[in-house]
Amino acid sequence: MSNDSQGPLWEVFVQKKAGQPFVHCGNLHAYDKEMALQNARDLYTRRGEGMALWVVPSSAIVSSSPEDMGSFFEPSNDKIYRHPTFYQIPDGVGHM
Amino acid sequence: MTSQEALVNYTLRLGDTSLILAQRLSEWTGHGPFLEEDLALTNIALDIFGRAKALLEYAAKVEGKGRTEDDIAFFRSDREYFNALITEQPNGDYAKTIIRQALIDCFDLAFYTELAKSKDETLAGIAAKSIKEITYHKRHSFSWVNRFGNGTEESFNRLQKGLNEIWPFAGELFEMNEVDALLIKEGVAVDLSTLKANWEKEINQLLAKANLVAPEGTYVQTGSRKGLHGEHLSYILAEMQSLPRMHPTAKW
Repeated sequence: MSNDSQGPLWEVFVQKKAGQPFVHCGNLHAYDKEMALQNARDLYTRRGEGMALWVVPSSAIVSSSPEDMGSFFEPSNDKIYRHPTFYQIPDGVGHM
Repeated sequence: MTSQEALVNYTLRLGDTSLILAQRLSEWTGHGPFLEEDLALTNIALDIFGRAKALLEYAAKVEGKGRTEDDIAFFRSDREYFNALITEQPNGDYAKTIIRQALIDCFDLAFYTELAKSKDETLAGIAAKSIKEITYHKRHSFSWVNRFGNGTEESFNRLQKGLNEIWPFAGELFEMNEVDALLIKEGVAVDLSTLKANWEKEINQLLAKANLVAPEGTYVQTGSRKGLHGEHLSYILAEMQSLPRMHPTAKW
């Protein structure tokens, strides 16, 4: 393997079946969109893992930082009433 | 020549062409320009090995001498191999491997699309299964030709050099002999002359997009239909066959 530029980083999302969410499964290097899509196909769907793919430049992703943890997530810890466990979910509802 | 002999030879030609190409491509395993491309080419090699296995299995069956596809792959010498010369050419750098693959993918997609209509049900079945795989191979190799051709001066020069080296071997893909004549009459084989104009058109478009110029006035190298090869095939077979020949009863 050479150590020169392998192109920018892309994040890969795979959808297992139509209607289900696209799930992040990893990342890869590629120079352009077509190459990113082909690499995602070869790296992440070789064993029938999915029916559709998204590739997104990693640079396009906005991430929260560790310092945000307190102000972002802790306020929800004492608000247990927000969980849907107090409600009966009808049998007809699929994956929730 | 009987129909059976022709069918065995025809199927060997297709099986050997797939086997030797896959063997060549698999030389890149662990040596790709980077991880993603290493895996992409290995995937493609595996698809083509799968096709080779199915074809050689069928050749063994039609031949009816009790041989298996492994016997056919590992216990024949170079003069008994009928792979197209283009498949045995050395990989060179990645640009040369890619342009060789693009020329072959373009031919294969048209060829197997036609073969899927063959009156021979087994060949038609193998061909039908291969079409989707080759559609992807072609998308991969064509996009890389475009990328190299429009990349840097270095990538363009390497691609043009690769094309110059591989071009004299492309014409043989369309060569036909008495085997083709007999099997075309029976509705089994593909008339290769019907594929040529479209192949040239597609390849010319691809080359133009990548700013490449096809070498002119080169002599078309042939011989594989008669089992005549360059020295490269002997080395491929030596590597590929040494283990089963040394240990004929070895099992995975």
